Amino acid sequence: MFLKMRGNNIGGKIMIEIQNLTKSFGQIKAVNDISFTVEKGEILGFLGPNGAGKSTTMNIITGFMPSTEGTVKVCGYDIMENPKEVKKRIGYLPEQPPLYMDMTVTEYLRFVADLKDVNKKQTKNQISDVMELVKLVDVSGRLIKNLSKGYKQRVGLAQALLGNPEVLVLDEPTVGLDPKQIIEIRKLIKALGKQHTIILSSHILPEVSAVCEKVVIINKGKIAAIDTPENLSKGMGTVSKLSATIAGPKSSITSAIQAIYGIKLVEAHIEKEKDIVEYVIESDKDIDIRRPLFFAMAKAGYPIIELKSLDLSLEDIFLQLTMQEKEVK
Amino acid sequence: MYSIFKKELRSYFTSPTAYVMIGLFVLISSIIFYINLVTPTADYGMNLNYMSLILILIIPILTMKILAEERRSGTEVLLITSPTSLTSIVIGKYLAAFAVFLVMTVITFIYPLILSVYGKPAVAEIVGGYVGFILLGSAFIAFGLFASSLTESQIIAAIVSIVGLLLMWLLQGIGPGLGGIWSKIFSWFSLFSRTEDFYSGILSLGPIVYYLSFSAIFVFLTIRVIEKRRWSKG
Repeated sequence: MFLKMRGNNIGGKIMIEIQNLTKSFGQIKAVNDISFTVEKGEILGFLGPNGAGKSTTMNIITGFMPSTEGTVKVCGYDIMENPKEVKKRIGYLPEQPPLYMDMTVTEYLRFVADLKDVNKKQTKNQISDVMELVKLVDVSGRLIKNLSKGYKQRVGLAQALLGNPEVLVLDEPTVGLDPKQIIEIRKLIKALGKQHTIILSSHILPEVSAVCEKVVIINKGKIAAIDTPENLSKGMGTVSKLSATIAGPKSSITSAIQAIYGIKLVEAHIEKEKDIVEYVIESDKDIDIRRPLFFAMAKAGYPIIELKSLDLSLEDIFLQLTMQEKEVK
Repeated sequence: MYSIFKKELRSYFTSPTAYVMIGLFVLISSIIFYINLVTPTADYGMNLNYMSLILILIIPILTMKILAEERRSGTEVLLITSPTSLTSIVIGKYLAAFAVFLVMTVITFIYPLILSVYGKPAVAEIVGGYVGFILLGSAFIAFGLFASSLTESQIIAAIVSIVGLLLMWLLQGIGPGLGGIWSKIFSWFSLFSRTEDFYSGILSLGPIVYYLSFSAIFVFLTIRVIEKRRWSKG
């Protein structure tokens, strides 16, 4: 008890600790020596192209398959030594929701609650709470096989939430849903993140940057990067890029921009209208040249029509990281 | 274990499987009972003997989907990642199939009752015979369960267990003729010959232990097969 309380006091409590995890299928290493931790209340995005090892990692964390090497600890319990304690604390939504098509939604959730040893007295309340939360009340009496894909996904999510686990592991929770459903599920996951620690896998970048506080990019079984989405966009490369559309003669504008301190490269990109040209400007990463640029242009009498940052999007970074790996090989 | 048992039993009775199989079993065993009744040698043991042959077809159909379907539909993930242990999942499923088998067996109690109306049946032989019959059925279920753990396809599971049980039935005829080690090995698998004592009203420990350990071994092997697959691949 005392130890537990001390653990709580040291910053964020580590809920999931993965060390040197490796999984081989014969010759192929699906997951190759990955390590990371997830703190309490964090939403971690697990990002990678298809076949990168996301599902395998999740299957190991949840105890569906054992690892070849390395350890996974959830809430301090090792999955190999204490699988029951770990499994009690994890709600898992696999890529394909594990549903019994011949059951109604209520029957199914009652079975899962039973399976997870939910206290008999609480079962009824918990099921109605969960159904309320994921908006299943309207379809509670229907057979699962007759539900739409979006509803099936929600039933899968409801199943993961039963037993009120501290950790949620969601494998591609929005795949195959329509845009409206995707937004709803994302909102729901964000809301759940207040009370649960969540690992969420995806190959869709905007999803991860919209929902997650921390991103693990994985490619070919190896970790390519771990950081916040913002830091990842900032951290890459040594220059920052601006796109500026300015009205005026090309040559004098180019030389006026080049005179500003910190500019590395100016390139006339497209002539949008007569005498209105879009320039791509590269500067040192730690200098913000937007203000000096404005004053320089104002002084010279060339109005800036449009100005935007061309910082790398998560998508660029993702491609960059996953391409680099290829080149190494 | 109870949650799995309950779910499995409900799935038997919400689909036509259990009804069709029970109906079929009762129909065929009624015909056998009638034939047996009109022949001069009215021995109930023979009746049970024929009924156990029908089980070769009925039990595999009852057990074929019990694990194969979980694997095919991906619900296996839910079961294995739940805090319920694999052992209690498998035993829960075994018991559910056993319960269905028990239901169909109990229905056939009506034949001895009919006999008792018209004469004085040998009670010891009938009771002993049913004990043997139920033990035999439970061994079949364990084998069917094992076959279902080997594959994703219900059809293959059914074929494997029907062929397996048929072979065990045939082997007991071949075994003694071969002599030596083979006759010994075949006799381990001769599920049927061990019912003879029961049919003559003798409850001896040997065959009871044999059937119970046969079931236990195949339930254990089923658990091992699932464990092994978790280790080797997704």
